[in-house]
Amino acid sequence: MSEPQAHANASPHGEDQHHIVSWRVYLVIVLILLAATGTTAAVSYIDLGVFNAVVALAIGVTKATLVVLFFMHVKYSTRLTKLTVFSGIFTFLVLIAMTLADYITRAWGSW
Amino acid sequence: MPDSTAIVQGAEKAGHHEHPSYQRHHFETTAQQFDATNFAMWIFLLTEIMFFGGLFMAYLIFRNWYYPAFVVGSHQLSMFWGTANTTVLIVSSFTMAMGVWCAEKRLKNGLVWSLILTFLLGLGFLGIKSIEWTEKVEKHHVPGFHYSIQSFTNPASDPEVYNEYHDNPLPPDMAAHTQVYFFLYFAMTGMHALHMVIGVGILSVMIFRAWAGAYTGGHFTFVENFGLYWHFVDIIWIFLYPLLYLISRHT
Repeated sequence: MSEPQAHANASPHGEDQHHIVSWRVYLVIVLILLAATGTTAAVSYIDLGVFNAVVALAIGVTKATLVVLFFMHVKYSTRLTKLTVFSGIFTFLVLIAMTLADYITRAWGSW
Repeated sequence: MPDSTAIVQGAEKAGHHEHPSYQRHHFETTAQQFDATNFAMWIFLLTEIMFFGGLFMAYLIFRNWYYPAFVVGSHQLSMFWGTANTTVLIVSSFTMAMGVWCAEKRLKNGLVWSLILTFLLGLGFLGIKSIEWTEKVEKHHVPGFHYSIQSFTNPASDPEVYNEYHDNPLPPDMAAHTQVYFFLYFAMTGMHALHMVIGVGILSVMIFRAWAGAYTGGHFTFVENFGLYWHFVDIIWIFLYPLLYLISRHT
C-alpha cells in the first residue's frame, strides 16, 4: 500500500495537518476484505475439526484489524488514539481470559 | 504528529487568535479539536466493545456447555444469506470510507452519493436480516412459549436442513437447550441490528446536511466520527458471522 499521499495533504485543505487516506487504500482494503469473506465461507465447507473455528476466527481477526487500521485510520492516528484502541482491546482480552480461566478450572480435580 | 505542531502554533498565537468559525474557542488549533473529538469517539467505541463483549463471552461459555444444541441450532442458519449480508456490510464500510474521503477533499456530490449508497446498503442488510428472522418465527425457533424443538428431536421433519447436515436426533433436554442458542442469536444479531437502525437513521439526516454543504467546508469531524461508528458495527458483524454461521457446520 506504500504511502499514498502521505503527508502530502498538510495543506490549507480541511482540518490543518490532517492526514487524508487515499481512496486507493480503501479500494485495496475492501477487495482484501471481500476475498477474505469468500475464503472463510469456502473453508467452512471443508471439515478441519477444531481448526474450522481457528481458521474462521483468525480470518475474522485479520479482517477486523484491517478495518481498524485503514478504514478507521488508526494506522495514521496520533499515539493517543493508538494507545486508546490497544488498551481497550487488551482490557477486553484480559476480561475474557480471566472469565475463561474461572470456567475451565471449576471442574479441576473432579475427574 | 499534531501534538508538537499544536504546541508550536499555540506559542506563536498566544492570547486571542484567529480561527475558523467551526473551531471551538477553547481549542488552540482545529487539529487539536479534531484529535480531542476523535479520542472521545474511541472511548465511546471501547464501551461498545465491552457491551458486545459480554454477549460474545456468554456465547463462548454456553456453546461449551450445550455444544450439541449449539451445533444443530447453527445449522438452522442460511449460509447464503449470512455470506450475502457480510458482503453487503463490508461494501457499505467501503462506501462510508469513501464518504469520509470526499468530505476531506470537499467533494460535496461525492459525499452525498457515498452517504446515499451507505444508507441503501444499510437498509439492504436490515432487509436480509428480516428475511432470516421471519424464517425463525415461522419455524417456531424464537425462544418463548411458542418454541418448538421438533427440528432437533426429529431432524428428518425439517428436510431442507436435514438434507444438508444429516444431524442425529437430540434427546429432549438437550434439544430444549437450543433455545439458549437462539436466545443468544437474537440478542446478538438484534443488538447489532439496533446499531444498524441507529446508524441508518443518523445517515438519513446526514444526507440532507451533506447536500446543504455542512461537511464539505473543511469541518468533517462529524463524518469521520460517524464513519468510526459505522466501521465498528461492521467489525461486530465480522465476528458474529463466523461464530453464528461458520464454526459449527461440521461435527
